Amino acid sequence: MLQGIAFYLLATVAVLGGLMVVTAKNPVHSVLWLILAFFSSAGLFVLLGAEFLAMLLVVVYVGAVAVLFLFVVMMLDVDFVRLREGYARYLPLAAIVAGILLVEMIVISFAVVSGGAAADASGPVAAAADMSNVEAIGRVLYTDYVYIFQASGIVLLIAMIGAIVLTLRHKPGIKRQNIARQVGRDAKKAMEVKSVTTGAGVTPEDLV
Amino acid sequence: MDITLQHYLAVGAILFTIGVFGIFVNRKNVIIILMSVELILLAVNINFVAFSAYLNDVQGQIMAMFVLTVAAAEAAIGLAILVTFFRNRGDIAVDDASVMKG
Repeated sequence: MLQGIAFYLLATVAVLGGLMVVTAKNPVHSVLWLILAFFSSAGLFVLLGAEFLAMLLVVVYVGAVAVLFLFVVMMLDVDFVRLREGYARYLPLAAIVAGILLVEMIVISFAVVSGGAAADASGPVAAAADMSNVEAIGRVLYTDYVYIFQASGIVLLIAMIGAIVLTLRHKPGIKRQNIARQVGRDAKKAMEVKSVTTGAGVTPEDLV
Repeated sequence: MDITLQHYLAVGAILFTIGVFGIFVNRKNVIIILMSVELILLAVNINFVAFSAYLNDVQGQIMAMFVLTVAAAEAAIGLAILVTFFRNRGDIAVDDASVMKG
């Protein structure tokens, strides 16, 4: 009973959040609705017994991706009203396509579930008592999927390098460290002995 | 109120459809398009995790993790391209970006 209430609450909020993401006038509001949708989905994951993935969703999406979106939306000085042109024009077509897609997907997923192994599943299988969700994931992730795990690390590394390369700007006239020059410097080039006549002192011109 | 696998699949389908709908109606605003893609990937993740839970197979959750990784990388690269695009053109209307049209 309580599970049902929790599911319907979280699912409704997630779907509403998703709808508001694509219909909100202000993109900043869109990002905030996106955060709400992700948060509710994390709640759904908890209901399903996937606690680790739920926390991952909160950390990665709410903590990183959504904040990144927020930064970009606020940083770019864009006339968002102009970008909404054509919204009403595309709305009927979009509604038709989305409606057909929704019906198709629900029919297909219900058909899939009505047969095969999924038909026997009555509820989310409780995690084994001796193993937590994190442990279960770790046992499979670091054995069967270790190469894919490494590959996903490389994907993230390349994404990081790509983002830096794309957004880095070299401004002219900035003082930078030149390590070759720094290392190539020796006492002969760096120092010069000046002979100064006794009692005459040193003027700044002598030092140049 | 017994929550079955179908319930979760329906939520996933609805979120996926909302994502597709968002791409259709916000054709000019590339930021919303990127957010719609995130919604679509979230729907996929919900399906993965639902099947994983109901079939008692943790591999679905692992696949969802990889989807999450790719989604994060995609968001970072997409927003970086967006920032570069904005610097070059002073606008982010993607339907104007047809310079490379063959």
